[in-house]
Amino acid sequence: MVFTLFAAVIICTGAALEGDYYHEQLLTFIGIFTLLAVGLNMLMGYAGQISLGHAAFYGIGAYTTGALTVHLQWSPWASLPCALIMAGVIAYIVGKPTLKLSGYYLGMGTLGFGMIMHVLFREWTTITGGPNGLVGIPSLSLWGLDLSTGRNYLYVVWGCVLLTFFICDRLVNSRVGRALRAIHYSEQAASAVGVDTAKAKLQVFVFSAVVAALAGFLYAHMVMFISPGTFTFLASVKLVAMVVIGGMASIWGALLGATFLTLLPEHLSVFADYEMIIYGGILMGVMIFLPQGLTRGVLDIYEKFRAKRKGTVED
Amino acid sequence: MKNSGPNEKGLLRIENANKSFGGVHAVRDVSFEVQEGVIQALIGPNGAGKTTLFNLITGVFPLDTGHIIFNDQDTGDKKIFNLVSMGIARTFQNVELFTGMTVLENVLVGLHVRTKCGFLGAIARLPNVQREEKEAREKAMHWLDFVGLAHAANNKAGDLAFGWQRSVEIARALASEPRLMLLDEPAAGLNANETGQLGDLMRQIRDLGVTLLLVEHDMSLTMEIADRIVVLDQGAKLSEGTPREVQADEKVIAAYLGA
Ligand SMILES: Nc1ncnc2c1ncn2[C@@H]1O[C@H](COP(=O)(O)OP(=O)(O)O)[C@@H](O)[C@H]1O
Ligand SMILES: [Mg+2]
Repeated sequence: MVFTLFAAVIICTGAALEGDYYHEQLLTFIGIFTLLAVGLNMLMGYAGQISLGHAAFYGIGAYTTGALTVHLQWSPWASLPCALIMAGVIAYIVGKPTLKLSGYYLGMGTLGFGMIMHVLFREWTTITGGPNGLVGIPSLSLWGLDLSTGRNYLYVVWGCVLLTFFICDRLVNSRVGRALRAIHYSEQAASAVGVDTAKAKLQVFVFSAVVAALAGFLYAHMVMFISPGTFTFLASVKLVAMVVIGGMASIWGALLGATFLTLLPEHLSVFADYEMIIYGGILMGVMIFLPQGLTRGVLDIYEKFRAKRKGTVED
Repeated sequence: MKNSGPNEKGLLRIENANKSFGGVHAVRDVSFEVQEGVIQALIGPNGAGKTTLFNLITGVFPLDTGHIIFNDQDTGDKKIFNLVSMGIARTFQNVELFTGMTVLENVLVGLHVRTKCGFLGAIARLPNVQREEKEAREKAMHWLDFVGLAHAANNKAGDLAFGWQRSVEIARALASEPRLMLLDEPAAGLNANETGQLGDLMRQIRDLGVTLLLVEHDMSLTMEIADRIVVLDQGAKLSEGTPREVQADEKVIAAYLGA
């Protein structure tokens, strides 16, 4: 099965990188962004709903576990469910009124929400440490096994990615996933055949927020320090760009998009200066020329090309 | 398809229905019944309010005043998905398919209200979920076969010829196991041959025990197939009766000839 193969690739890569701290860390970051992208992809690519504030849920995951472990000395394993539930509940509250309406209300709602959360991370100093950030977040260990070494943490993160892929794959190929895709193509028809569209959209929104919070948890215990600058509007746009580039409605595309946009700034230093412009440009280009996302778009072109060569036309 | 004994009163009863959009009084004080097991047609010029009436029956928007009663239950406080599970299905005037999904998947979405698997069920995929999925696929294939499209099950719905897309929409509606099916101009855009097949298909659907209410502009098809016809004009009911009665009605003739 493809997941077994994927797991094998991760294990081998981890083993091959032994001691190469830089690449271990880079790969771990790619894993964290892949998680964010694959969760957001369920919402955007499958259900066709856009979130412009997804970094806020990433931040909620990170700050919840950060605050609980730093201020209250909780074990990270106790704060993990709290971080996930916190993000889920907040997503529910934000999504409930906005998802009742069709159209771009969720986009607008999450945009505003993301900005509010950013201000909260920066200004609620007693809890979040304010602009200076929250220091002293513990690293992870399990039954005496130190998970904070480069390779172990890489395995932890990619283990989570694998699990999330597995879950998303099952969701997509189910009654629930079909309903989500149906909403994407025609919300009117989906509701006419009896899909509770508001509920389906809300569920997937909450799901994507929980996955983002998981990524936030993993991030916080990796770098052991978090600050508001990580959870900005720019970060939200970057996540959207990952999904779009990776090809909406494709689980593996999320991996591709996350990898591409994590590596690009590493290898292209000018990138950092023009980040916002480049993301904006990529988004516009893809939306205009390949509305289904890059991977899907290229596949479509390939299929059309092949159909033409075979000269097969339906009916 | 579920028969719960004879209804002396109609399966569907529209009572003094009114609906306005801003200044447009789209449906004015319309009342009629649809008896179980018939093919009933709703005709009238463009803008007469036929589609609006369909939208009211299917719960897309609420009535201003009046009642719509389906199977002795007032539908006023029901959500669309409640109405679908109660047994009301529809097709759209402009075919509304999930174009990027396969034909089979389209019909599977039609089975939504007859299946249960939720978010967690989909993830756990326990044997009962697998069984449900397998049965759903069999049922969906059955409906595709019924409309003559089993061979196209794995094609993308958006790639099909228009006439076939119509059939997919009908199969999708049938998949929800309706007692009443609303068809909004099902023959529009079909050629003569396809229209003939559509007529046969509608009779087959009625023979399954499904009541049909259709809006149709193709008069020869309507007159031939309908047991009963309701005529709307400018939002109001103009006439009602058997095809023969309606054809002989002076008011109908006047409205149609624009006199
Ligand atoms: N959603 C809507 N909003 C505003 N006006 C509408 C809406 N739906 C229908 N109408 C108006 O109601 C009238 C009846 O339209 P419709 O029911 O589509 O007629 P028919 O299907 O008989 O051709 C038209 O004047 C139309 O413009
Ligand atoms: Mg109409």
